[in-house]
Amino acid sequence: MTQEQVLEIKNNPKYQKLVSTRSKFAWTLTIVILVVYYAFILFIAFSPETLGARVSPDAMMTLGIPVGIAIIIFAFVLTGIYVKRANGEFDGLLNDLKKDVEKGMK
Amino acid sequence: MLGRILSLLMLAGLTVAMAAGTDLGEGTKAEELNVPAIVMFLIFVAGTLGITYWASKRTKSAKDFYTAGGGITGTQNGTAIAGDYMSAASFLGITGMVYLKGYDGLIFSIGFLVGWPIILFMISEQLRNLGKYTFADVTAYRLRQKPVRILAALGSIAVVILYLIAQMVGAGKLIEILFGLDYEVAVVLVGVLMIAYVAFGGMLATTWVQIIKAVLLLLGTTFMSLMVMSEFGFSFDALFTKATEIHSKGEAIMSPGGLVSDPVSAISLGIALMFGTAGLPHILMRFFTVADAKEARKSVFVATGLIGYFYVLTFIMGFGAIVLVLGAENGAYLAADGETLKGMNNMAAVWLAHAVGGDYFLGFISAVAFATILAVVSGLTLAGASAISHDLYANAFATSKVDEKKEMNVSKMATVGIGIAAIIFGIAFEKQNIAFVVALAFTIAASANFPVLFMSIFWKKLTTRGAVIGGYIGLFSALVLVILGPVVWTSILGNAEPIVPYKFPAVFSVPLAFIAIWFFSITDKSDDAQRCIDEFDAQDIRCQTGIGADGAVDH
Repeated sequence: MTQEQVLEIKNNPKYQKLVSTRSKFAWTLTIVILVVYYAFILFIAFSPETLGARVSPDAMMTLGIPVGIAIIIFAFVLTGIYVKRANGEFDGLLNDLKKDVEKGMK
Repeated sequence: MLGRILSLLMLAGLTVAMAAGTDLGEGTKAEELNVPAIVMFLIFVAGTLGITYWASKRTKSAKDFYTAGGGITGTQNGTAIAGDYMSAASFLGITGMVYLKGYDGLIFSIGFLVGWPIILFMISEQLRNLGKYTFADVTAYRLRQKPVRILAALGSIAVVILYLIAQMVGAGKLIEILFGLDYEVAVVLVGVLMIAYVAFGGMLATTWVQIIKAVLLLLGTTFMSLMVMSEFGFSFDALFTKATEIHSKGEAIMSPGGLVSDPVSAISLGIALMFGTAGLPHILMRFFTVADAKEARKSVFVATGLIGYFYVLTFIMGFGAIVLVLGAENGAYLAADGETLKGMNNMAAVWLAHAVGGDYFLGFISAVAFATILAVVSGLTLAGASAISHDLYANAFATSKVDEKKEMNVSKMATVGIGIAAIIFGIAFEKQNIAFVVALAFTIAASANFPVLFMSIFWKKLTTRGAVIGGYIGLFSALVLVILGPVVWTSILGNAEPIVPYKFPAVFSVPLAFIAIWFFSITDKSDDAQRCIDEFDAQDIRCQTGIGADGAVDH
C-alpha cells in the first residue's frame, strides 16, 4: 500500500464511518461483559451470601446458579449480537469501501 | 512360635494392603488392563492416523503446514478452538472441582468463558487481517522484527512448555489408571503420537483430530448429563437436594465458598483467566486457519457456544458425581480411606461415566479423555514448533531469506524436539507438584503475550523499545510473582507464608507490563520509533478492512 493510498482510504468517509461505528460498538460490548463479569466477581468477594440465598424458601436452588448460567448464556448472546451486526452492517460498509478503493486503483 | 509367625504374616499382609491402598489413593499403581477402553482408543488412534495420512498428502507448502492452507471453515475452526479449550484439565478438573466444592467450580468456568467475547470484539478479526502464521506476525508487523519475534517466541514457548508439562503428567496418570499402562509407557505413547500427527499432518491433521475429539467429548458429556438429570426426573432441585444430603460440606456447596476469598485475588484470577486466554499461542494460531475476518468471527461465536454449553454440562456432571459416585452403594468408587476417589481426586467425571453407563461407557469416556490429551498436546506442539521455525529461525536469526521448504523442515525438527522434551519433562515431573504450571502459563500469557499484542493492534505510538521492554517486564514479573506466591513458595519450597499471597498475580503483572510498554514507548525518540509510528496508519487500514491481508478472499 502506498502512502497516497493510505491517505485516500483514511480520508474516505465510508472508512471513517466503518471504523468509528465498529470500534464504538466493540468497545461498548467489551465494557458490558467486563461490568457483568466483575460485578459477579465482586459479589463473590464481598457478599457471597447474596448469591448463596435460596431462590425461594422451599427450593434448594440458590440465586448464584441461575445467575452463573445466565452469564454464560449472556456471553454467548453478546458474541451473536456482534457477529450479526458485523456480517450485515459492517461488512456492507466494508464492501462499499472496497469498491471505492478498486475504482481508485484503476 | 506359631502365633508370632502368624502375627508377623498378618502384619506383612496389612502393610501390603496399606501400601496398595495408598498407591491407589495417589494413583501411582497400575490398574488392571481396561479392554473396552483400549479397543475404543485403538479405533480412535487408527482413525486419526488415517486422517494424518490424508492430511500429509495435502500438506505441501508452509501455509498448509502452519494454517491448513487457510481453508478451514468458521464452524470447523470454532469446534477445534472449543476442543483446544476443553482439555482433559477442564473436563476432569472442573467437574472434579464442582464435585469437591460445588458452586466454586462454576466461578472458574465463568472466568474461562468470559474471555471469549473480548477475543471476538478486540482480537480475532484483527489477528486474521494482520497475521500469517503466528501472533508474532502481528506484533512485529511494523516494529523491528528480530527483538519482537524473540520476545514473542519466548512467551509462546514458555506457555507451550508449561502447558505441555501439565498435560503430559495428567495424561500419564490418567492412562495409568484407566488403561492399566505404566506411567512411562503412557507418556511416551502420547509423545510419539503427537509428533506423528503434527510432523506429518501439520495443522490440517491437528485441526481434524481436535474436531473429532470435541464432537466425541460433547456427545459423551451430553449423554452423562442427561443420564444424571433423568435420575432426578429432570429436576435440578431434586439433584441439588440429594447432593447436599450426601456431601460433607452440606448446603455450603450451593454458594460461593473459600475458593475466591478476598477481592484482590478474585479480580486477579479474573484478569489472568480473561486475558490469559487472549495470549495463548495455540489458540491465537487457529485464527490463521480460516479464510477471512468473517470466518474468524464465526469461529469465536461457535467456540463460545460450545464451550459455554460444555461448562454447564460440567456443572451438572459435578453434582451428578456427588450423588452417584460419592453416594454410590458400599463406597464403590472410593479409595481405602473412604473419602477420596479411586485414582485421582479429579476422577469424578470418569467414575460418573461408569455409574451411569457401565463398563463400556467408562471405556468410551476413558478413550475420549485420552483423545482429548492427544489433541490438545498436538495443538500446543504445533504452536511451539511454529514459534521456533517461523519466528526464531526464519524471521529473527536467519541471515538470508529462508525458503519455505527449509522453514517447514525446521518446523518438523522442532516438532520432534518439543515432543522429546515433553516426554522427558513428563517423566521428570511425575512426582512433582505441578499445580503451579497452569497458573504460571496463564499469568505469562496474560502479562507478556497479551499486552504486546493488544498495544500493537490499537496503539499508534507503540515503539519497538516499548514493546520489548514491556513484554519482558511482563514475562519476568509473572515468573517472579508466581514463584513468590502460594503455589511455589509455600507448596513446593515449603516456606510458611507466601511473599505474594495470590495464586494468579496477574493483577500486578498485567498493569505493570502495560505501564512499561507505554512509558518506554513515549520516551523513545529514536528514528526507529518514528518509523513505527509512521507505519501505523497503513497497518490500521489493513487491520480494519482486510485489504492486503494474507490469504484474504476478495469480494
